[in-house]
Amino acid sequence: MDTLQNLGRWALGMFERLGRGHLFLLYVLMGTPGLLFRLRLVVQQVYSVGVLSLLIVTVSGLFVGMVLGLQGYNTLVDFGSEEALSVVVALSLVRELGPVVTALLFAGRAGSALTAEIGLMKATEQLAGMEMMAVDPLRRVVAPRFLAGFISMPLLAAIFSAVGVFGGWFVGVGLLGVDDGAFWSQMTAKVDFYEDIVNGVIKSAVFGFVATWIALFEGYDAVPTSEGVSRATTRTVVHTALAVLGLDFVLTALMFGGV
Amino acid sequence: MSRDSDNLVEIRGLSFARGDRMIFDGIDLDLRRGKVTAIMGPSGTGKTTLLRLIGGQLRPLSGSIRVDGQEVPRLRRDQLFDLRKRMGMLFQSGALLTDLTVFDNVAFPLREHTRLGEALIRDLVLMKLEAVGLRGARDLMPSELSGGMARRVALARAIALDPMMIMYDEPFTGQDPMSMGVLVKLIRLLNDALGLTSVVVSHDVAETAGIADYIYLISGGKVVAQGTPEALDRERSPWVNQFMHGEPDGPVPFHYPAPDFADDLLGAG
Ligand SMILES: Nc1ncnc2c1ncn2[C@@H]1O[C@H](COP(=O)(O)OP(=O)(O)OP(=O)(O)O)[C@@H](O)[C@H]1O
Ligand SMILES: [Mg+2]
Repeated sequence: MDTLQNLGRWALGMFERLGRGHLFLLYVLMGTPGLLFRLRLVVQQVYSVGVLSLLIVTVSGLFVGMVLGLQGYNTLVDFGSEEALSVVVALSLVRELGPVVTALLFAGRAGSALTAEIGLMKATEQLAGMEMMAVDPLRRVVAPRFLAGFISMPLLAAIFSAVGVFGGWFVGVGLLGVDDGAFWSQMTAKVDFYEDIVNGVIKSAVFGFVATWIALFEGYDAVPTSEGVSRATTRTVVHTALAVLGLDFVLTALMFGGV
Repeated sequence: MSRDSDNLVEIRGLSFARGDRMIFDGIDLDLRRGKVTAIMGPSGTGKTTLLRLIGGQLRPLSGSIRVDGQEVPRLRRDQLFDLRKRMGMLFQSGALLTDLTVFDNVAFPLREHTRLGEALIRDLVLMKLEAVGLRGARDLMPSELSGGMARRVALARAIALDPMMIMYDEPFTGQDPMSMGVLVKLIRLLNDALGLTSVVVSHDVAETAGIADYIYLISGGKVVAQGTPEALDRERSPWVNQFMHGEPDGPVPFHYPAPDFADDLLGAG
Protein backbone atom coordinates (compact mmCIF):
# COMPACT_ATOMS: atom_id res chain seq x y z
CA MET A 1 0.00 0.00 0.00
CA ASP A 2 2.80 2.36 0.90
CA THR A 3 4.59 1.75 -2.37
CA LEU A 4 1.43 2.44 -4.30
CA GLN A 5 0.87 5.67 -2.42
CA ASN A 6 4.45 6.71 -2.97
CA LEU A 7 4.19 5.93 -6.64
CA GLY A 8 1.05 8.02 -6.88
CA ARG A 9 2.65 10.89 -5.03
CA TRP A 10 5.72 10.68 -7.23
CA ALA A 11 3.65 10.69 -10.42
CA LEU A 12 1.54 13.63 -9.24
CA GLY A 13 4.67 15.52 -8.29
CA MET A 14 6.21 14.86 -11.65
CA PHE A 15 3.20 16.03 -13.62
CA GLU A 16 2.88 19.09 -11.46
CA ARG A 17 6.50 19.95 -12.13
CA LEU A 18 6.05 19.31 -15.82
CA GLY A 19 3.12 21.71 -15.80
CA ARG A 20 5.14 24.34 -13.96
CA GLY A 21 7.93 23.89 -16.47
CA HIS A 22 5.62 24.59 -19.40
CA LEU A 23 3.99 27.60 -17.75
CA PHE A 24 7.48 28.88 -17.02
CA LEU A 25 8.41 28.50 -20.68
CA LEU A 26 5.24 30.31 -21.73
CA TYR A 27 5.98 33.29 -19.48
CA VAL A 28 9.57 33.43 -20.62
CA LEU A 29 8.59 33.33 -24.28
CA MET A 30 6.08 36.10 -23.66
CA GLY A 31 8.92 38.12 -22.18
CA THR A 32 11.24 37.80 -25.18
CA PRO A 33 9.64 40.32 -27.60
CA GLY A 34 10.19 43.11 -25.07
CA LEU A 35 13.91 42.39 -25.26
CA LEU A 36 14.06 43.95 -28.72
CA PHE A 37 14.28 47.26 -26.93
CA ARG A 38 16.85 46.03 -24.45
CA LEU A 39 19.33 44.22 -26.64
CA ARG A 40 22.15 45.09 -24.27
CA LEU A 41 20.78 42.59 -21.75
CA VAL A 42 20.85 39.85 -24.38
CA VAL A 43 24.31 40.74 -25.64
CA GLN A 44 25.70 40.54 -22.11
CA GLN A 45 24.30 37.05 -21.77
CA VAL A 46 25.47 35.93 -25.20
CA TYR A 47 28.89 36.82 -23.91
CA SER A 48 28.68 34.76 -20.72
CA VAL A 49 26.70 31.87 -22.21
CA GLY A 50 28.24 31.73 -25.68
CA VAL A 51 31.59 33.44 -25.86
CA LEU A 52 32.84 31.89 -22.64
CA SER A 53 31.93 28.42 -24.00
CA LEU A 54 34.02 29.02 -27.13
CA LEU A 55 37.25 27.59 -25.83
CA ILE A 56 35.90 24.23 -24.71
CA VAL A 57 33.82 23.92 -27.89
CA THR A 58 36.77 24.68 -30.18
CA VAL A 59 39.18 22.37 -28.43
CA SER A 60 36.67 19.52 -28.31
CA GLY A 61 35.74 20.08 -31.97
CA LEU A 62 39.38 19.87 -32.96
CA PHE A 63 39.95 16.58 -31.17
CA VAL A 64 36.69 15.02 -32.31
CA GLY A 65 37.59 15.94 -35.90
CA MET A 66 41.06 14.48 -35.55
CA VAL A 67 39.70 11.22 -34.16
CA LEU A 68 37.17 11.05 -36.98
CA GLY A 69 40.05 11.59 -39.43
CA LEU A 70 42.03 8.71 -37.95
CA GLN A 71 39.15 6.27 -37.63
CA GLY A 72 37.70 7.17 -41.02
CA TYR A 73 41.05 6.81 -42.75
CA ASN A 74 41.75 3.39 -41.22
CA THR A 75 38.38 2.07 -42.40
CA LEU A 76 38.38 3.70 -45.83
CA VAL A 77 41.95 2.80 -46.71
CA ASP A 78 40.96 -0.90 -46.79
CA PHE A 79 38.54 -0.11 -49.60
CA GLY A 80 41.01 2.17 -51.32
CA SER A 81 38.63 5.09 -51.03
CA GLU A 82 40.46 7.36 -48.65
CA GLU A 83 39.57 10.43 -50.78
CA ALA A 84 36.08 10.04 -49.33
CA LEU A 85 37.54 10.78 -45.89
CA SER A 86 36.35 14.38 -45.98
CA VAL A 87 32.78 13.25 -46.64
CA VAL A 88 32.79 10.92 -43.65
CA VAL A 89 34.26 13.58 -41.39
CA ALA A 90 32.04 16.41 -42.57
CA LEU A 91 28.78 14.48 -42.59
CA SER A 92 29.36 12.97 -39.14
CA LEU A 93 30.09 16.39 -37.77
CA VAL A 94 27.42 18.44 -39.48
CA ARG A 95 24.59 15.96 -39.07
CA GLU A 96 25.33 14.43 -35.68
CA LEU A 97 28.40 15.17 -33.64
CA GLY A 98 28.35 18.92 -34.07
CA PRO A 99 24.86 19.48 -32.63
CA VAL A 100 24.93 16.61 -30.12
CA VAL A 101 28.39 16.99 -28.62
CA THR A 102 28.08 20.76 -28.55
CA ALA A 103 24.76 20.46 -26.71
CA LEU A 104 26.34 18.14 -24.15
CA LEU A 105 29.28 20.49 -23.67
CA PHE A 106 26.84 23.40 -23.52
CA ALA A 107 24.90 21.71 -20.73
CA GLY A 108 28.08 21.18 -18.75
CA ARG A 109 29.62 24.59 -19.35
CA ALA A 110 26.76 27.06 -19.75
CA GLY A 111 23.67 25.17 -18.56
CA SER A 112 25.03 24.30 -15.16
CA ALA A 113 26.24 27.87 -14.71
CA LEU A 114 22.79 29.24 -15.59
CA THR A 115 21.10 26.92 -13.12
CA ALA A 116 23.49 27.79 -10.33
CA GLU A 117 23.23 31.50 -11.03
CA ILE A 118 19.42 31.62 -11.07
CA GLY A 119 19.17 29.19 -8.13
CA LEU A 120 21.50 31.31 -6.03
CA MET A 121 19.65 34.48 -6.97
CA LYS A 122 16.55 32.76 -5.65
CA ALA A 123 18.25 31.51 -2.50
CA THR A 124 19.61 34.96 -1.67
CA GLU A 125 16.18 36.59 -2.19
CA GLN A 126 17.41 38.57 -5.19
CA LEU A 127 14.47 37.38 -7.28
CA ALA A 128 12.00 38.16 -4.49
CA GLY A 129 13.66 41.56 -4.09
CA MET A 130 13.19 42.29 -7.77
CA GLU A 131 9.55 41.33 -7.58
CA MET A 132 9.07 43.74 -4.71
CA MET A 133 10.63 46.44 -6.90
CA ALA A 134 7.94 45.63 -9.46
CA VAL A 135 10.49 44.08 -11.81
CA ASP A 136 9.49 40.72 -13.21
CA PRO A 137 12.49 38.39 -12.87
CA LEU A 138 11.18 36.20 -15.67
CA ARG A 139 11.46 39.12 -18.05
CA ARG A 140 14.48 40.85 -16.63
CA VAL A 141 16.66 37.87 -15.68
CA VAL A 142 15.40 34.72 -17.32
CA ALA A 143 14.24 35.84 -20.77
CA PRO A 144 17.57 37.40 -21.85
CA ARG A 145 19.41 34.26 -20.80
CA PHE A 146 16.95 32.12 -22.68
CA LEU A 147 17.37 34.10 -25.86
CA ALA A 148 21.14 34.09 -25.47
CA GLY A 149 21.25 30.31 -25.10
CA PHE A 150 18.96 29.82 -28.06
CA ILE A 151 21.12 32.06 -30.25
CA SER A 152 24.47 30.75 -29.02
CA MET A 153 23.90 27.01 -29.41
CA PRO A 154 23.62 26.88 -33.26
CA LEU A 155 26.62 29.18 -33.56
CA LEU A 156 28.68 27.06 -31.20
CA ALA A 157 27.65 23.90 -33.05
CA ALA A 158 28.67 25.48 -36.36
CA ILE A 159 32.04 26.43 -34.93
CA PHE A 160 32.44 22.92 -33.52
CA SER A 161 31.78 21.39 -36.95
CA ALA A 162 34.05 23.82 -38.78
CA VAL A 163 36.93 23.26 -36.39
CA GLY A 164 36.26 19.51 -36.53
CA VAL A 165 36.57 19.48 -40.33
CA PHE A 166 39.86 21.28 -39.96
CA GLY A 167 40.99 18.64 -37.43
CA GLY A 168 40.05 15.87 -39.88
CA TRP A 169 41.92 17.66 -42.63
CA PHE A 170 44.98 18.03 -40.45
CA VAL A 171 45.09 14.30 -39.69
CA GLY A 172 44.00 13.07 -43.14
CA VAL A 173 45.87 15.45 -45.41
CA GLY A 174 48.61 16.62 -43.10
CA LEU A 175 49.63 13.38 -41.41
CA LEU A 176 48.25 10.49 -43.44
CA GLY A 177 48.78 11.84 -46.94
CA VAL A 178 45.26 12.06 -48.36
CA ASP A 179 45.18 14.26 -51.46
CA ASP A 180 44.42 17.87 -50.52
CA GLY A 181 42.39 18.71 -53.63
CA ALA A 182 40.32 15.52 -53.40
CA PHE A 183 39.60 16.20 -49.73
CA TRP A 184 37.92 19.54 -50.39
CA SER A 185 36.29 18.71 -53.73
CA GLN A 186 34.72 15.50 -52.40
CA MET A 187 33.40 17.40 -49.45
CA THR A 188 31.84 20.24 -51.46
CA ALA A 189 30.35 17.74 -53.87
CA LYS A 190 28.78 15.39 -51.33
CA VAL A 191 27.64 17.64 -48.51
CA ASP A 192 24.24 19.05 -49.38
CA PHE A 193 23.26 22.46 -48.11
CA TYR A 194 19.61 21.72 -47.28
CA GLU A 195 19.79 18.03 -46.54
CA ASP A 196 22.82 18.22 -44.28
CA ILE A 197 23.70 21.69 -43.15
CA VAL A 198 20.22 23.13 -42.65
CA ASN A 199 19.07 19.99 -40.86
CA GLY A 200 22.11 20.16 -38.61
CA VAL A 201 21.38 23.79 -37.78
CA ILE A 202 17.75 22.93 -36.99
CA LYS A 203 18.93 20.20 -34.66
CA SER A 204 21.28 22.50 -32.83
CA ALA A 205 18.58 25.14 -32.52
CA VAL A 206 16.19 22.60 -30.99
CA PHE A 207 18.90 21.40 -28.62
CA GLY A 208 19.73 24.98 -27.68
CA PHE A 209 16.06 25.67 -26.92
CA VAL A 210 15.69 22.57 -24.77
CA ALA A 211 19.04 22.83 -22.98
CA THR A 212 18.49 26.47 -22.05
CA TRP A 213 14.91 25.84 -20.97
CA ILE A 214 15.94 22.97 -18.70
CA ALA A 215 18.83 24.92 -17.20
CA LEU A 216 16.76 28.02 -16.46
CA PHE A 217 13.76 26.13 -15.12
CA GLU A 218 15.90 23.98 -12.83
CA GLY A 219 17.45 27.13 -11.41
CA TYR A 220 14.15 28.95 -11.05
CA ASP A 221 12.45 25.95 -9.47
CA ALA A 222 15.38 24.98 -7.23
CA VAL A 223 14.90 24.54 -3.51
CA PRO A 224 16.46 27.80 -2.30
CA THR A 225 19.29 26.31 -0.25
CA SER A 226 22.86 25.41 -1.14
CA GLU A 227 21.94 21.75 -1.30
CA GLY A 228 18.90 22.47 -3.44
CA VAL A 229 20.96 24.49 -5.90
CA SER A 230 23.62 21.81 -6.13
CA ARG A 231 20.98 19.16 -6.84
CA ALA A 232 19.37 21.36 -9.44
CA THR A 233 22.71 21.84 -11.17
CA THR A 234 23.25 18.10 -11.36
CA ARG A 235 19.74 17.60 -12.70
CA THR A 236 20.37 20.18 -15.40
CA VAL A 237 23.32 18.27 -16.78
CA VAL A 238 21.66 14.85 -16.53
CA HIS A 239 18.29 15.88 -17.92
CA THR A 240 19.79 17.90 -20.73
CA ALA A 241 21.98 14.98 -21.77
CA LEU A 242 19.00 12.60 -21.80
CA ALA A 243 16.74 15.07 -23.57
CA VAL A 244 19.33 15.85 -26.22
CA LEU A 245 20.12 12.22 -26.98
CA GLY A 246 16.45 11.24 -27.08
CA LEU A 247 15.48 14.20 -29.24
CA ASP A 248 18.41 13.49 -31.52
CA PHE A 249 16.94 10.11 -32.39
CA VAL A 250 13.52 11.60 -33.05
CA LEU A 251 14.89 14.42 -35.17
CA THR A 252 17.17 12.13 -37.12
CA ALA A 253 14.28 9.80 -37.86
CA LEU A 254 12.19 12.72 -39.05
CA MET A 255 14.91 14.34 -41.14
CA PHE A 256 16.77 11.50 -42.67
CA GLY A 257 13.86 9.06 -42.73
CA GLY A 258 14.26 5.32 -42.71
CA VAL A 259 11.98 4.67 -39.73
CA MET B 1 -12.00 49.93 14.53
CA SER B 2 -13.35 51.84 11.60
CA ARG B 3 -12.19 51.82 8.01
CA ASP B 4 -11.06 55.31 7.20
CA SER B 5 -8.77 56.87 4.69
CA ASP B 6 -6.26 57.82 7.36
CA ASN B 7 -5.05 54.25 7.12
CA LEU B 8 -2.75 53.41 4.26
CA VAL B 9 -2.88 49.74 5.09
CA GLU B 10 -5.82 47.98 6.69
CA ILE B 11 -5.65 44.33 7.58
CA ARG B 12 -8.76 42.55 8.79
CA GLY B 13 -9.16 38.98 9.98
CA LEU B 14 -5.97 37.88 8.28
CA SER B 15 -5.10 34.18 8.51
CA PHE B 16 -2.13 32.48 6.97
CA ALA B 17 -0.67 29.00 7.36
CA ARG B 18 2.57 27.31 6.42
CA GLY B 19 1.73 23.66 5.99
CA ASP B 20 -0.30 22.70 9.06
CA ARG B 21 1.07 25.50 11.17
CA MET B 22 -1.05 28.62 11.54
CA ILE B 23 1.23 31.64 11.36
CA PHE B 24 -1.58 34.19 11.65
CA ASP B 25 -4.95 33.45 13.11
CA GLY B 26 -7.27 36.32 12.36
CA ILE B 27 -5.26 39.47 13.03
CA ASP B 28 -6.38 43.07 12.55
CA LEU B 29 -3.81 45.74 11.96
CA ASP B 30 -3.75 49.32 10.65
CA LEU B 31 -0.89 51.40 9.36
CA ARG B 32 -1.69 55.07 9.56
CA ARG B 33 -0.59 57.42 6.83
CA GLY B 34 2.47 59.45 7.60
CA LYS B 35 3.30 57.52 10.74
CA VAL B 36 5.98 55.05 11.73
CA THR B 37 4.39 51.83 12.86
CA ALA B 38 6.48 49.16 14.50
CA ILE B 39 5.73 45.48 14.44
CA MET B 40 7.49 43.51 17.13
CA GLY B 41 7.38 40.01 18.37
CA PRO B 42 9.52 37.01 19.13
CA SER B 43 11.67 35.52 16.36
CA GLY B 44 9.70 33.24 14.08
CA THR B 45 6.25 34.69 14.79
CA GLY B 46 5.82 35.78 11.20
CA LYS B 47 6.86 39.41 11.00
CA THR B 48 8.64 38.91 7.70
CA THR B 49 5.69 36.87 6.52
CA LEU B 50 3.39 39.77 7.34
CA LEU B 51 5.43 42.16 5.21
CA ARG B 52 5.35 39.70 2.34
CA LEU B 53 1.60 39.43 2.65
CA ILE B 54 1.29 43.21 2.49
CA GLY B 55 3.57 43.26 -0.56
CA GLY B 56 1.46 40.61 -2.26
CA GLN B 57 4.22 37.99 -2.43
CA LEU B 58 2.17 35.57 -0.37
CA ARG B 59 -1.57 35.01 -0.45
CA PRO B 60 -3.54 34.86 2.78
CA LEU B 61 -5.72 31.92 3.68
CA SER B 62 -8.52 34.33 4.49
CA GLY B 63 -9.04 37.92 5.48
CA SER B 64 -8.49 41.20 3.73
CA ILE B 65 -5.37 43.27 3.12
CA ARG B 66 -6.05 46.73 1.76
CA VAL B 67 -3.22 48.99 0.68
CA ASP B 68 -4.25 52.48 -0.36
CA GLY B 69 -7.79 51.23 -0.90
CA GLN B 70 -6.78 48.27 -3.06
CA GLU B 71 -7.39 44.70 -1.99
CA VAL B 72 -3.91 43.23 -2.48
CA PRO B 73 -4.71 39.49 -2.77
CA ARG B 74 -7.21 40.21 -5.55
CA LEU B 75 -5.03 42.44 -7.72
CA ARG B 76 -3.98 41.33 -11.17
CA ARG B 77 -0.28 41.01 -11.71
CA ASP B 78 0.10 44.34 -13.51
CA GLN B 79 -1.96 46.16 -10.88
CA LEU B 80 0.13 44.55 -8.18
CA PHE B 81 3.29 45.70 -9.93
CA ASP B 82 1.95 49.24 -10.18
CA LEU B 83 1.24 49.18 -6.48
CA ARG B 84 4.69 47.81 -5.69
CA LYS B 85 6.34 50.69 -7.52
CA ARG B 86 4.94 52.83 -4.71
CA MET B 87 6.14 50.52 -1.93
CA GLY B 88 9.74 50.15 -0.91
CA MET B 89 10.83 47.10 0.96
CA LEU B 90 14.05 46.56 2.80
CA PHE B 91 14.71 42.84 2.99
CA GLN B 92 16.15 41.27 6.10
CA SER B 93 19.03 39.97 3.97
CA GLY B 94 19.39 43.12 1.88
CA ALA B 95 18.70 41.17 -1.33
CA LEU B 96 21.13 43.27 -3.35
CA LEU B 97 21.84 42.13 -6.88
CA THR B 98 25.26 40.56 -6.52
CA ASP B 99 26.39 41.11 -10.11
CA LEU B 100 25.88 44.87 -9.95
CA THR B 101 27.89 47.52 -8.12
CA VAL B 102 26.42 49.49 -5.25
CA PHE B 103 25.76 52.35 -7.66
CA ASP B 104 23.99 50.15 -10.21
CA ASN B 105 21.96 48.49 -7.48
CA VAL B 106 20.55 51.81 -6.37
CA ALA B 107 20.08 52.88 -9.97
CA PHE B 108 18.32 49.62 -10.82
CA PRO B 109 14.71 50.62 -10.02
CA LEU B 110 15.23 54.02 -11.67
CA ARG B 111 16.52 52.43 -14.86
CA GLU B 112 13.76 49.84 -14.89
CA HIS B 113 10.86 52.15 -14.23
CA THR B 114 11.78 55.61 -15.47
CA ARG B 115 13.13 57.14 -18.63
CA LEU B 116 15.46 59.51 -16.84
CA GLY B 117 18.77 60.34 -18.45
CA GLU B 118 21.99 58.92 -17.04
CA ALA B 119 23.11 62.29 -15.68
CA LEU B 120 19.93 62.68 -13.66
CA ILE B 121 20.06 59.08 -12.49
CA ARG B 122 23.60 59.65 -11.32
CA ASP B 123 22.58 62.66 -9.26
CA LEU B 124 19.62 60.83 -7.74
CA VAL B 125 21.69 57.77 -6.86
CA LEU B 126 24.41 59.85 -5.27
CA MET B 127 21.80 61.70 -3.22
CA LYS B 128 20.31 58.46 -1.93
CA LEU B 129 23.74 57.01 -1.18
CA GLU B 130 24.76 60.20 0.59
CA ALA B 131 21.68 59.89 2.79
CA VAL B 132 22.83 56.48 4.03
CA GLY B 133 26.46 57.59 4.27
CA LEU B 134 27.79 55.30 1.53
CA ARG B 135 28.44 57.67 -1.36
CA GLY B 136 32.09 56.66 -1.22
CA ALA B 137 31.23 52.99 -1.57
CA ARG B 138 29.47 53.39 -4.90
CA ASP B 139 31.98 51.32 -6.87
CA LEU B 140 32.10 48.38 -4.50
CA MET B 141 30.39 45.09 -5.27
CA PRO B 142 27.84 43.76 -2.77
CA SER B 143 30.24 40.97 -1.79
CA GLU B 144 32.68 43.63 -0.59
CA LEU B 145 30.18 45.15 1.83
CA SER B 146 29.60 44.27 5.45
CA GLY B 147 26.12 43.10 6.44
CA GLY B 148 25.25 46.46 7.92
CA MET B 149 26.52 48.35 4.88
CA ALA B 150 24.56 46.07 2.56
CA ARG B 151 21.41 46.85 4.47
CA ARG B 152 22.05 50.57 4.13
CA VAL B 153 22.56 50.21 0.38
CA ALA B 154 19.30 48.28 0.25
CA LEU B 155 17.66 51.18 2.06
CA ALA B 156 19.01 53.62 -0.50
CA ARG B 157 17.59 51.40 -3.21
CA ALA B 158 14.23 51.11 -1.47
CA ILE B 159 13.82 54.90 -1.44
CA ALA B 160 15.13 55.39 -4.98
CA LEU B 161 11.66 55.67 -6.50
CA ASP B 162 10.35 57.89 -3.69
CA PRO B 163 7.67 55.43 -2.61
CA MET B 164 4.61 56.27 -0.53
CA MET B 165 5.49 53.59 1.99
CA ILE B 166 8.57 51.71 3.13
CA MET B 167 8.67 48.40 4.93
CA TYR B 168 11.84 47.84 6.90
CA ASP B 169 12.58 44.25 7.87
CA GLU B 170 15.05 44.36 10.76
CA PRO B 171 16.89 47.51 9.67
CA PHE B 172 18.98 47.67 12.85
CA THR B 173 20.58 44.25 12.98
CA GLY B 174 24.28 44.37 12.29
CA GLN B 175 24.60 48.14 12.75
CA ASP B 176 27.19 49.62 15.04
CA PRO B 177 25.86 52.14 17.59
CA MET B 178 26.74 55.06 15.39
CA SER B 179 25.16 53.89 12.15
CA MET B 180 22.27 52.64 14.23
CA GLY B 181 21.73 56.16 15.48
CA VAL B 182 22.02 57.52 11.94
CA LEU B 183 19.54 54.94 10.67
CA VAL B 184 17.03 55.67 13.38
CA LYS B 185 17.21 59.36 12.55
CA LEU B 186 17.06 58.61 8.83
CA ILE B 187 13.93 56.52 9.11
CA ARG B 188 12.25 59.25 11.08
CA LEU B 189 13.51 61.95 8.74
CA LEU B 190 12.44 60.15 5.58
CA ASN B 191 9.07 59.55 7.10
CA ASP B 192 8.49 63.15 8.11
CA ALA B 193 10.23 65.01 5.29
CA LEU B 194 8.85 62.93 2.44
CA GLY B 195 5.51 62.22 4.06
CA LEU B 196 6.06 58.49 3.86
CA THR B 197 4.35 55.79 5.79
CA SER B 198 6.81 53.47 7.43
CA VAL B 199 6.62 50.01 8.91
CA VAL B 200 9.53 48.86 11.00
CA VAL B 201 9.92 45.24 11.97
CA SER B 202 12.47 44.88 14.69
CA HIS B 203 13.59 43.23 17.90
CA ASP B 204 15.42 46.25 19.16
CA VAL B 205 12.89 47.47 21.66
CA ALA B 206 14.67 50.65 22.70
CA GLU B 207 15.46 51.93 19.17
CA THR B 208 12.09 50.99 17.81
CA ALA B 209 10.17 52.48 20.69
CA GLY B 210 12.24 55.62 20.10
CA ILE B 211 10.95 56.22 16.58
CA ALA B 212 7.62 54.43 16.40
CA ASP B 213 4.35 56.29 16.67
CA TYR B 214 2.46 53.09 17.24
CA ILE B 215 3.52 49.57 18.11
CA TYR B 216 1.94 46.19 17.48
CA LEU B 217 3.21 43.21 19.41
CA ILE B 218 2.40 39.93 17.75
CA SER B 219 2.90 36.43 19.05
CA GLY B 220 1.34 33.07 18.45
CA GLY B 221 -0.59 34.29 15.42
CA LYS B 222 -2.37 37.07 17.32
CA VAL B 223 -1.87 40.72 18.09
CA VAL B 224 -1.18 40.51 21.81
CA ALA B 225 -0.84 44.20 22.46
CA GLN B 226 -0.87 47.51 20.65
CA GLY B 227 -0.50 51.13 21.49
CA THR B 228 1.86 54.06 21.56
CA PRO B 229 5.33 53.34 22.97
CA GLU B 230 4.48 55.23 26.16
CA ALA B 231 1.27 53.29 26.65
CA LEU B 232 3.00 49.97 26.11
CA ASP B 233 5.80 50.91 28.45
CA ARG B 234 3.27 51.55 31.19
CA GLU B 235 1.31 48.45 30.32
CA ARG B 236 1.20 46.06 33.24
CA SER B 237 0.28 42.85 31.43
CA PRO B 238 2.97 40.24 32.06
CA TRP B 239 3.44 39.47 28.35
CA VAL B 240 4.11 43.04 27.33
CA ASN B 241 6.18 43.68 30.39
CA GLN B 242 8.37 40.69 29.67
CA PHE B 243 8.86 41.45 25.98
CA MET B 244 9.40 45.20 26.32
CA HIS B 245 11.89 44.79 29.15
CA GLY B 246 13.58 41.68 27.88
CA GLU B 247 13.09 39.48 30.91
CA PRO B 248 13.93 35.82 30.44
CA ASP B 249 11.04 34.37 32.42
CA GLY B 250 7.40 34.93 31.70
CA PRO B 251 4.67 34.05 29.26
CA VAL B 252 6.54 34.94 26.03
CA PRO B 253 7.47 31.70 24.30
CA PHE B 254 11.14 31.47 23.42
CA HIS B 255 10.83 28.00 21.91
CA TYR B 256 9.46 26.89 18.56
CA PRO B 257 6.40 24.69 19.32
CA ALA B 258 7.70 21.30 20.46
CA PRO B 259 6.62 18.28 22.46
CA ASP B 260 7.45 18.20 26.12
CA PHE B 261 11.24 18.33 26.60
CA ALA B 262 11.36 15.42 29.06
CA ASP B 263 9.29 13.22 26.74
CA ASP B 264 11.58 14.13 23.87
CA LEU B 265 14.73 13.24 25.82
CA LEU B 266 13.33 9.99 27.09
CA GLY B 267 12.64 9.16 23.43
CA ALA B 268 9.01 8.16 23.09
CA GLY B 269 9.93 6.74 19.65
N1 LIG C 1 9.36 29.25 3.06
C1 LIG C 1 8.87 28.78 4.22
N2 LIG C 1 8.33 27.54 4.28
C2 LIG C 1 7.80 27.06 5.41
N3 LIG C 1 7.78 27.74 6.56
C3 LIG C 1 8.29 28.98 6.58
C4 LIG C 1 8.87 29.57 5.41
N4 LIG C 1 9.29 30.80 5.73
C5 LIG C 1 9.00 30.97 7.03
N5 LIG C 1 8.40 29.88 7.55
C6 LIG C 1 7.91 29.75 8.92
O1 LIG C 1 7.07 30.83 9.18
C7 LIG C 1 7.32 31.34 10.47
C8 LIG C 1 7.44 32.84 10.39
O2 LIG C 1 8.61 33.18 9.69
P1 LIG C 1 9.08 34.67 9.53
O3 LIG C 1 10.29 34.68 8.70
O4 LIG C 1 7.92 35.49 9.10
O5 LIG C 1 9.44 35.04 11.04
P2 LIG C 1 9.96 36.41 11.63
O6 LIG C 1 8.93 36.86 12.61
O7 LIG C 1 10.31 37.34 10.55
O8 LIG C 1 11.24 35.96 12.45
P3 LIG C 1 12.65 36.75 12.61
O9 LIG C 1 12.42 37.80 13.60
O10 LIG C 1 13.56 35.69 13.14
O11 LIG C 1 13.05 37.25 11.26
C9 LIG C 1 8.57 30.66 11.01
O12 LIG C 1 8.21 29.92 12.13
C10 LIG C 1 9.05 29.76 9.92
O13 LIG C 1 9.24 28.47 10.47
MG1 LIG D 1 12.03 38.02 9.73
